[in-house]
Amino acid sequence: MSAAMIDDLPKLKAQLRRAERLKKLKALALIAPLVIFLLLAFVFPIGTMLWRGIDNSEMQLALPQTAQLLQQWDGQNLPSAEVFKSLASELPSAQKSGALGKYGRRLNYEDPTLKTLMTQTLRKMPIEPPSDWSQTLPQINPRWSDPKVWQALKNTAPRLTDRYLLASVDVERNAQGDLQFVAPDKKVYLDIFQRTLIISGTVTLVCLLLGFPLAYLLATLPTGTSNLLMIFVLLPFWTSLLVRTAAWIVLLQSGGLVNNALIGLGIIQEPLQLVFNRFGVIVAMTHILLPFMILPLYSVMKGISPSYQRAAISLGAHPFKAFWQVYVPQTLAGVAAGTILVFIMALGYYITPALLGGPSDQMVSYYVAYYTNTTNNWSMAAALGSLLLIATLVLYAVYNHLVNKNPVRR
Amino acid sequence: MEQTYPTATPLVRFVGVQKTYDGVIRVVKNLNLDIQRGEFVTLLGPSGSGKTTCLMMLAGFETPTSGDIFLGDQKLNTLPPHKRNIGMVFQNYALFPHMTVEENLYYPLKIRKLPNNQAKQKVERILDIIKLKSFAKRRPSQLSGGQQQRVALARALVFEPQLVLMDEPLGALDKQLREHMQLELRQLHKALGLTVVFVTHDQGEALNMSDRVAVFNDGIIQQIDTPLNLYEYPNNAFVAQFIGENNTLAGTVAHLSGDTCRVSLAHGAASGARVSDIKALNESTLLSIRPERIHLNEAAQALANRFTATIRDFTYLGDHVRVRCELLDNDQFYVKVPISDTLESLQPGMTVQLGWRDEDARALSKP
Repeated sequence: MSAAMIDDLPKLKAQLRRAERLKKLKALALIAPLVIFLLLAFVFPIGTMLWRGIDNSEMQLALPQTAQLLQQWDGQNLPSAEVFKSLASELPSAQKSGALGKYGRRLNYEDPTLKTLMTQTLRKMPIEPPSDWSQTLPQINPRWSDPKVWQALKNTAPRLTDRYLLASVDVERNAQGDLQFVAPDKKVYLDIFQRTLIISGTVTLVCLLLGFPLAYLLATLPTGTSNLLMIFVLLPFWTSLLVRTAAWIVLLQSGGLVNNALIGLGIIQEPLQLVFNRFGVIVAMTHILLPFMILPLYSVMKGISPSYQRAAISLGAHPFKAFWQVYVPQTLAGVAAGTILVFIMALGYYITPALLGGPSDQMVSYYVAYYTNTTNNWSMAAALGSLLLIATLVLYAVYNHLVNKNPVRR
Repeated sequence: MEQTYPTATPLVRFVGVQKTYDGVIRVVKNLNLDIQRGEFVTLLGPSGSGKTTCLMMLAGFETPTSGDIFLGDQKLNTLPPHKRNIGMVFQNYALFPHMTVEENLYYPLKIRKLPNNQAKQKVERILDIIKLKSFAKRRPSQLSGGQQQRVALARALVFEPQLVLMDEPLGALDKQLREHMQLELRQLHKALGLTVVFVTHDQGEALNMSDRVAVFNDGIIQQIDTPLNLYEYPNNAFVAQFIGENNTLAGTVAHLSGDTCRVSLAHGAASGARVSDIKALNESTLLSIRPERIHLNEAAQALANRFTATIRDFTYLGDHVRVRCELLDNDQFYVKVPISDTLESLQPGMTVQLGWRDEDARALSKP
């Protein structure tokens, strides 16, 4: 290398860096609209929604000083007179600003009678501030001398809370702050999660059992025929989800096509209950999700040369054995992709179980919608949603791990 | 069919085999073919000539529409492919991608429920033969094309089948590797005493490797013979054209005696020739002469058949030069000339003397 070339080296490196920086900037500029859209329409709203699952700011907004003081209180006996005074002085302004209303709803989750206690106390407050609020408040309502009331208030004081997440798995904190399961008659969510997993699992399994042979057929038929069949597979995609769901009601209801046909054939006497139960939910969900199983399977199977099975047969394997030992293992990537896709989509299903299921067939999403629309308890909705999201992410991680562990490269 | 053969029975026999897919077009027409033990037989032909169909019928993936196929004493027609004990190497190797090299090789042995120690011995021996012992734990995707080819071959051999079929196994390799693998295959065939049926459309490969080559066209074996005989003594115009390069001149048979004849050509010219498949006087014929059998100028002086031709152009090919001439209305008449000083005196447009011996020309029936 000549001296001149060595001298040029730093210059060359700088040129290279500049060229690459320019390339990167161009690439970034190209994806910028998408990134911005995703941030605004996806990451931000979902983030704020999930935040509500652990957000506990109601008291800090309504009664900031009292909240701070209550957090320092050890929770034994009664809080100091200072806490009484702070509460009494902050209550009127909280009502004026409207923050007390939101806090009242929050208090309801702790104890439905506390909201009334607050408004009643506010009404009966003396105009001249007394010297010792710790005497006056219990005079207004004797409940203010009950430590349980103050403990309930203390629960609402911290900025963050795990009560919604815990409630989503039927767990609560007792008076000592230890975790315990809720009373058996209040236990609901574990059952709902279990039910969600069972329905999703069943739908995934049925999709796999129905989709695998169909995808195999599509992959092995001549192109013309398989294209036609593929249109039939995709046809449901082009119909509205609601229409498809409603169509199943028409088909499966007690005076519907299926029951009438079965009665007409003399197979049954009384109409079968085929819809508004678990059966109807699984049938309709399988129908709707089947393409998501078939498409990944098909794309993997299309790439598997028929000569693999022939090779196995020529080596002495019975055709069934060749299929099972040589063909099926090569489709595993497609099976994994289809299964995880269908399962994750099924986990979040809402409209189909809502329309086709009975009360005991509603899945987590139904309760998310219920808390959002009906009871306006967004925190609970967010907590349930978060758990669903976490379950999905865990499943995806497991899937990723399995796929990377057993790579079939071609 | 009870027939006895005085000599050793051929390992494979096709007897009157026909195959049609649509009931109209016969892909294979009346095939009769005997393959002896230890032979390397190549089925050669253009695509659609029926050669692959024959191989697939032998392997069991296609069934003959009529006729019988025998392997040894066993009639194969109704025997399913997995019971035939025939090794097969596929065009794309068909190595199982989810198994290692070793697992691929164990596969046929496990199916045969061979005891572990015997299976291990066989796999190690075959890995030794193909020189891939250190690659045993790799997956096929981690091997080069040539290595995959060797593994595919090993897998077809490891269970010691009576017969090995190969369906254009070298088609996916580049030229240099292909020639190397041809040599290796040939050596393996000799060393292990294999019986091989090999399908290819590459005539060079067929001539290079085979004991005998069956040339297929239109579902019929046009000629089955040793490479030398195929090249030097083609039976008909198709074989002459398909194997190697060939110059043809149209003419009619003017004189016929035994296996020599005289062919009269255009403009009153004539040439002596050997008889191939012509049957009668005055039959129209193609006179066929290989480019390397034609001599130029001084070298042509002493030869029985001499003609004057015009040089059109030259193609330089390193070890020789192809000279395109116009002779008797045929302007695609090629002469293969070794590199020499005399070449330098030749120019396009010059007239030259061309000559060949009677025995180097063949009179073939016009197809």
